[in-house]
Amino acid sequence: MSEVKKYPAPVTNPETTAFWDAAKQGKFMIKRCTACGEAHYFPRSICPFCYSDKTVWEEASGEGTIYTYSLMRKSPTGPYAIGYVTLKEGPSVQTNFVDCDLEKLKIGQKVKVVFKPTDGAPLPFFTPA
Amino acid sequence: MTIKGKAYIAGIYEHPTRHAPDKSTAQLHAEVAKGAIEDAGISKDDVDGYFCAGDAPGGAWPMVDYLGLNTKKLRHVDSTETGGCSYIIHLGHAAEAIAAGKCSIALITLAGKPRTGAMPPRAAGAELDFESAYGATTHNAYGMCAMRHMHDYGTTSEQLAWIKVAASHHAQYNPHAMLKDVVTVEDVLNSPMISDPLHRMDCCVVSDGGGALIVTTPEIAKSLKKPLVKLIGHGEAMKGPRGGKDLDLTYSAGVWSGPRAFEEAGITPKDIKYASIYDSFTITVLMQLEDLGFCKKGEGGKFVADGNLISGVGKLPFNTDGGGLCSNHPVNRGGMTKLIEAVRQLRGEAHPKVQVKNCDLAIAHGTGGLLGVRHAASTAILERV
Repeated sequence: MSEVKKYPAPVTNPETTAFWDAAKQGKFMIKRCTACGEAHYFPRSICPFCYSDKTVWEEASGEGTIYTYSLMRKSPTGPYAIGYVTLKEGPSVQTNFVDCDLEKLKIGQKVKVVFKPTDGAPLPFFTPA
Repeated sequence: MTIKGKAYIAGIYEHPTRHAPDKSTAQLHAEVAKGAIEDAGISKDDVDGYFCAGDAPGGAWPMVDYLGLNTKKLRHVDSTETGGCSYIIHLGHAAEAIAAGKCSIALITLAGKPRTGAMPPRAAGAELDFESAYGATTHNAYGMCAMRHMHDYGTTSEQLAWIKVAASHHAQYNPHAMLKDVVTVEDVLNSPMISDPLHRMDCCVVSDGGGALIVTTPEIAKSLKKPLVKLIGHGEAMKGPRGGKDLDLTYSAGVWSGPRAFEEAGITPKDIKYASIYDSFTITVLMQLEDLGFCKKGEGGKFVADGNLISGVGKLPFNTDGGGLCSNHPVNRGGMTKLIEAVRQLRGEAHPKVQVKNCDLAIAHGTGGLLGVRHAASTAILERV
């Protein structure tokens, strides 16, 4: 059902345009601070950990594990699973799990990023690796 | 500098309605304001501080005008918006203002009608493009917390169900409660799954309504006729994924607001006789009890089981009005009713079947926003004088 589900196009703004431009190329980007070395998501210009403005874009592996999830069964657009994925690079990201049997999701399960189209830039989702 | 003992709750009012198709939201605000003012035994023209949150139509200045407050006298306003715990934060801010001499009689109002009208819109945060498409509702945001809590600590659906069971035991005595039937653990487990692992009976009700408080100086409170209830400790805090580092959804910002309030009050959780704990979902209660220090992290399941939250049965009577799980949850914001029931307990005005004996110390704690995404928390510790 995720194949037919219509997702909203990102509004985008000057701070995040590079993320969405990369998404159009199928790349999943995170931000890393060159001052403290920490990666974060969603992307900010100022590092949320050390307040340095020396943050740079980095293409993430798109691989991670399920930190938690919840299968929403009562929804006008059909059941969907929201959750967080802890990326290989460290940050945890909010997402939906798609293209799989939602009843079989497990905490700790390995997943990978997959982009879904919108009327604008595509949006990142995750599916079992 | 402390607000300990500097402010008293002199007036309370909870709107009896749970379904208000024939009223406006502003009207409900006026009705609860009138109720709290009359409960305190003051005049609306005495009010010199006004506090409201995102549920107040248009914000503070349209409300002050609509409510007909005395603008020659009104000298302090605060429209801090932190979702369901806004009103607990307002109480602390009112105490700060009173202690600083910025006002002497503060009115706090909450009202709205999610069942029969529109919910007030909320402006989007910086996270908009990175989260809105994923459909975080209250149900699944709390479901994610429960799922991880079960994974990390072995918490079970049966244990969560006990929280609803306790609330239902209390709600049977509240004539205004939406759900008055006593339920069992089996009833909760057999109710439909809404968002794993939360069943329908793990979720609070949706109700129209509201409530209001009058907060004032010790001197003015003592000149009025109501039993004296003073604020002796207050805390507030916020928590979010903060760039996704070290995500841990098994605790709330209560781990910070709670200790701040207990330290200011100079007491410990063991001293508390009655607890109003925000119960948007059963998991909300369990996590907050741990975070406030009523038990160790991960042991909330054991703590709430076997009726330990039922007044007259367990060690920690909670939400004796039936709470959000059974009585009401005006505008999907439970902080106000948490304070009101705590004051009733301290005044000795709770229903006789659920009134805690010698109730001299109570806590009211709430969260606002989504526990599984980003949220605020606030803790108030109240003492009967």
